[in-house]
Amino acid sequence: MTGPAILLLLAGLGAIAWVSARARALRQQTAARATRRRDAVHSLPGYHGWYVALWTLLPAGIFLAIWANVSPGLVTHAVLADPAAQSLPVDAFSRSAILGEARSIAAGLQSGAFNPASQALVEPYRTALNEYGIAGAVLALILAFAGGAYAFTRIRPDFRARTRVERLVMALLLLASLLAIVTTVGIVSSLLWESFRFFSMVNPIDFLFGTKWSPQSAAMGYGNEDAFGAVPLFWGTIFIGAIIAMIVAIPLGLMSAVYLTQYASPTVRRWMKPTLEMLAGVPTVVYGYFAALTIAPALRDFAVMIGIHGASSESALAAGLVMGVMIIPFVSSMADDSIAAVPQSMRDGSLAMGATTSETIRKVLIPAALPGVVGGVLLAVSRAIGETMIVVMAAGLAANLTANPFASVTTVTTQIVQLLTGDQEFDSAKTLAAFALGLVLFVITLLLNIVALRVVKKYREAYE
Amino acid sequence: MTEEQEQLKPANPKMTARDVKVFYGPKQAIKGVSIDVDMDNVTAFIGPSGCGKSTFLRTLNRMNDTVASARVEGLITLDGEDIYASGMDVVQLRARVGMVFQKPNPFPKSIYENIAYGPRIHGLAHGKADMDVIVEKSLRRAGLWEEVKDRLQDSGTALSGGQQQRLCIGRAIAVEPEVILMDEPCSALDPIATAKIEELIHELRGRYAIVIVTHNMQQAARVSQRTAFFHLGDLVEYGVTSDIFTNPKQERTKDYITGRYG
Repeated sequence: MTGPAILLLLAGLGAIAWVSARARALRQQTAARATRRRDAVHSLPGYHGWYVALWTLLPAGIFLAIWANVSPGLVTHAVLADPAAQSLPVDAFSRSAILGEARSIAAGLQSGAFNPASQALVEPYRTALNEYGIAGAVLALILAFAGGAYAFTRIRPDFRARTRVERLVMALLLLASLLAIVTTVGIVSSLLWESFRFFSMVNPIDFLFGTKWSPQSAAMGYGNEDAFGAVPLFWGTIFIGAIIAMIVAIPLGLMSAVYLTQYASPTVRRWMKPTLEMLAGVPTVVYGYFAALTIAPALRDFAVMIGIHGASSESALAAGLVMGVMIIPFVSSMADDSIAAVPQSMRDGSLAMGATTSETIRKVLIPAALPGVVGGVLLAVSRAIGETMIVVMAAGLAANLTANPFASVTTVTTQIVQLLTGDQEFDSAKTLAAFALGLVLFVITLLLNIVALRVVKKYREAYE
Repeated sequence: MTEEQEQLKPANPKMTARDVKVFYGPKQAIKGVSIDVDMDNVTAFIGPSGCGKSTFLRTLNRMNDTVASARVEGLITLDGEDIYASGMDVVQLRARVGMVFQKPNPFPKSIYENIAYGPRIHGLAHGKADMDVIVEKSLRRAGLWEEVKDRLQDSGTALSGGQQQRLCIGRAIAVEPEVILMDEPCSALDPIATAKIEELIHELRGRYAIVIVTHNMQQAARVSQRTAFFHLGDLVEYGVTSDIFTNPKQERTKDYITGRYG
């Protein structure tokens, strides 16, 4: 029996279990209500239905999941015990090639064999697959019936089915959240492990404080000294993400939030806010080619015109400006929230003193909303320095340590892309450097997020 | 206006309202109210929730302007000047007609800065020494000076509820208003803090024209000399406080003060 058919059969059994259990519970409860006190009945019939259905499905489902992983091994074992397998080569590589081919033919994925040795094994394979398939299906069905029957016999008016079903739902929710955490832990530990390998080749001090970045020279065999100084990368990242982008995003975001919350009429606000937030929905790659194809050449021409030396067609300014525009909705909506969270009474108090709207905004609303705004800006910075696509396309690859916004700089994320898309062997210092950079980036954004969330939380407490 | 109300009309009213109607969108909240407020008496507005007393109070310093859907008709004057006239500067008006709110709303700034806020935006103080004088005088008038003089730099929000409300009164006083509007100033306070505010209202009487909205009839009886009873957007009865409470003319007033509804 094939996999999908079994699953379909199980689903059908589950449905039948649900319907019949519910009907049985309903019957029993009607009888119990007629004769006994009201509290003799515990759960709604639907919960009994779910209880029995889950008992039918879960044990069988778990068994199938395990079986799917175990049975290939059992099948291979059975085939190897077959007399036809005695002639197999001892060498593990060609042996598994033959077995794989035979398995594909037996499963119907491949029509003929290239290797006559595997043709001989097709028949034993087919038999084994068949046997274990049927065995699995039968066992699953037995489990489904056993589970269902066990649960079905437990249906009584005062049986606490609701408690049990809800406990299981809670367990599922817990599992879902644990999965996210486990994934994060996995990613972080892989990052740590690869970084550790990198730092066993390159001195962490040289990496964190060196000012010369040329991983290519290390890859070409000139040694690891002086090749992995990441300071130009950190500087480029900060220059673009935390300086230029924020010079654009903070005033524009803040001012648009003030306009939207304090001045705009409801009609204007209704269409303007979603439009502004649409900026956040534009894919970053679109921003990227906008930066690379439109802004960067225009800036270079402008720089040449006013006589700035060293203007490049890939510039920190182009990437920073576009990234700033991308970040505006983040700053704006955080500022919007914090200004809106300042109690109306505060605003009324100021207006009633004879303050104008703009005085009220400057002297009362912004100071009161400031922690929230700062939190929003920190989140925006952490997002900006982790941003990749715009800088890959517009900022360039040259690891310059310069404060000239018209020059080309490079960022941590750009270099990670460069390091990992080459054809270097995986355990070279050049490739592993990407993990070290990723780790630094991770630590920085993590710290920024923690600080930002603390600031925001502290501020929220002040008013509630 | 009845004959009796005519008698109540002071020779030189501070504020007058004639046939004032307030609309929130299509809904009419105030249905033609006429009333005079003078310097020598505290005027109390009483009435059940939703009767329009707070709405009417907020028309007196144009705080309803901040509600987009609100519209005011009729004439309201301050010293004979139409406050809804196009030439009237709202900022000036609110400096002359101060307001204290239901919930104490000190700014999240120091006690000193809370008081200095108004004088600063209106340019009333010339230099730090001048401001210190204004702050001390306002806090003394608000009856708060002795309690806070050693911690003027502490946050205004760190005070107790009653102290916060007196701080808000001091803040309103600091800009030298002529009228002070109080919108249920004690509804968020405990009885002791309430007593202190009522005592303060007594002390402020005569220096400022005071209008107080309250849903507590005992409070109206204690602090005011004139009482106006509002019901469903109408000014039902307006008179000397003792008359209203001992000898109401209107059936609705009588029902309300004897506790039949409200």
